[in-house]
Amino acid sequence: MISGTVTIATEICKGCELCIVSCPQDSLGLSPSINHKGFRFAQLVQDNCTGCTNCALVCPDSAITVYRETKSSKRASNPLVASQAA
Amino acid sequence: MSEIQHDETPKLMKGNEALAEASLRAGLQAYFGYPITPQSEILEYLAEKAPEHTEVVVLQAESEIAAINMVYGASGAGARVMTTSSSPGISLMQEGISYMAASELPCVIANVQRGGPGLGTIQPAQGDYFQATKGGGHGDYHMIVLAPSSVQEMADFVFDGFRLAEEYRMPAMILADGALGQMMEKVYLPKAGTLPKKETPWATVGKTASRERNYITSLHIESEKMETVNLHLQDTYRKLKQEVRCELTNTADADIFLVAFGLSARICNKVMDIARAKGINVGVIRPITLYPFPYDIIASFAGPAKMFLTVEMNAGQMVEDVRLAVNGKSPVYFKGRMGGMIPTPEEIMLEVEAMSEKQQNLNQSAGYL
Amino acid sequence: MSMTISDNMETVYQKPATLTETPMHYCPGCGHGVVHRVLMEVIEEMGIAEQTIGVAPVGCSVFAYHYMNVDMQAAPHGRASAVATGVRRVLPEKYVYSYQGDGDLAAIGTGETIHTVNRGENILMVFVNNGIYGMTGGQMAPTSLCGMVTSTSPYGRDEHVMGHPLKITEMIAQLPGAYYVARHAVHTPTAVRKLKKAFKTSFEMQKQKKGTCFIEVVSNCPSGWKMTPVEANDWMEKNMFPYYPLGDIKVPATMK
Repeated sequence: MISGTVTIATEICKGCELCIVSCPQDSLGLSPSINHKGFRFAQLVQDNCTGCTNCALVCPDSAITVYRETKSSKRASNPLVASQAA
Repeated sequence: MSEIQHDETPKLMKGNEALAEASLRAGLQAYFGYPITPQSEILEYLAEKAPEHTEVVVLQAESEIAAINMVYGASGAGARVMTTSSSPGISLMQEGISYMAASELPCVIANVQRGGPGLGTIQPAQGDYFQATKGGGHGDYHMIVLAPSSVQEMADFVFDGFRLAEEYRMPAMILADGALGQMMEKVYLPKAGTLPKKETPWATVGKTASRERNYITSLHIESEKMETVNLHLQDTYRKLKQEVRCELTNTADADIFLVAFGLSARICNKVMDIARAKGINVGVIRPITLYPFPYDIIASFAGPAKMFLTVEMNAGQMVEDVRLAVNGKSPVYFKGRMGGMIPTPEEIMLEVEAMSEKQQNLNQSAGYL
Repeated sequence: MSMTISDNMETVYQKPATLTETPMHYCPGCGHGVVHRVLMEVIEEMGIAEQTIGVAPVGCSVFAYHYMNVDMQAAPHGRASAVATGVRRVLPEKYVYSYQGDGDLAAIGTGETIHTVNRGENILMVFVNNGIYGMTGGQMAPTSLCGMVTSTSPYGRDEHVMGHPLKITEMIAQLPGAYYVARHAVHTPTAVRKLKKAFKTSFEMQKQKKGTCFIEVVSNCPSGWKMTPVEANDWMEKNMFPYYPLGDIKVPATMK
């Protein structure tokens, strides 16, 4: 599985949780602490993000940036591919 | 006051048509309007001329409300734009006018007034003076208000209206009436291509990389900001005072001043002639800009031996400004007809004669004579 | 849990540059933010930001011009499509869109809406329908559902007294000037992708001067509906979508 990650602008986030329910990996949850607006904000709670962008697509505040492993890098880092090349 | 260049040969035209033709010659880029008597000829004229002026947008809107908002949009996009209507239709436009004044959008709005209130009558009246000069819509704002009294001025004031509206970034109203719109007179039309247009760097024409986005709004939620906007508008209105225009006829030796605008002023000129033939020294003060109002000019004629008669085709609206100007230094009388009735020189003359008699009695008792 | 962005990762989704840095004032979970972003993404991706003029309404999205980084005008309540007409007519080669809510477009601005579409005004009209007046505090909208409790229909909307929820999108689809009419949503990633496609199609049609493209977005109002955002989206699916079904309503033959 391709791995990815997200960064969340925690001061922009209003804790609406729409990203949390849209995540197929259950990677997201609400923070225990609050931001300066008084909202608990979304954050990664599991290291299993695939960079699918679902969370960012439904985020009303454009608070989420999504990163994903490039396909070429994935091939290069695949131990099977690497061993064959060697 | 920049001089308007005119054709050498005159034309015989209706006031409404002269205004429409002048708007094309003024470099009109868009017109949005809705039919209403007695000004529908303006839209009709522009619609007919549209094939010769493919550069001009002429669109009949679904209502006066839509029309003024189309004017808002086109003006905000930097176009030289006009709408016209008559009293009830102008009432419908007040919201949009308030927004345009607040957003500092220039345009020309002609009100070819008819008798009111309500649906009223299609006959000429001057009952929209308050609405035009005091705001009309909500909030503290003003328009430039020009009051033509001839077909010539129906044409000329389109040029003056656009020039002033663009200079001061505010709507300008031409406050005419049904008689001026419908009557035919000789007119020397302003020459096309003689009215330069000011740059509009504030217009919404597409944000380029080299500037911040332009946005046009009248919404300022923070009271401090909203007051700043208001102070800026008031500052503009103060500057606008330098544009005051007023026509003075035989005022130098006058004892009685007739104060009237538009069509009423024409009638007052006739009254003046009759009165002078009878040995009564009457002069006429004709405010041309109703906003800004010529308070100082009128005040300069006020004094203990003078009298004023304001003549209007309404129940007495401009007379309040005349009284403010005179400030108790002279008696100010009023003669008006309403509902589309036009005062005759004879009935005004009766007032003048009564005033003259009173004046002579007063002067005798004061020992002036 | 904090993940590091490794060297072999690329950015696959970020806020478009056509949105300003100003944080949006919308309530948590409000669909407006998503509609704003999707619209601005399309404008960015099509490279038309410098040729686009937007018109903001009165309602919750009254401040749209604070967020959308294109030239914009703020229209009086209900008049956005008339203002957009004025812009469109004097700038025939630019891209013009209006953005309105249900009260603005389908109540006070009904006349302007119908006549703008009837003229086939070559603009994109974005209509966000959440069945309530959000900005003024949750009053009944022309699109409020029958039985829906709002602050001005505290016992539920009684259609015999207050009229029926207005399907204005179906109405205007009947007009010859309407070129492309569709109803979308922003509650799921799939819905967002579909809306994006509809906006893109609309601007492409506008470039070809095809007439009015009208996109309704059925959206939520967690504050006005007095629900959490997640509950609101669920309620919307169960109650709004049956009355306001998603999908294309009028599609030009070239797109079929």
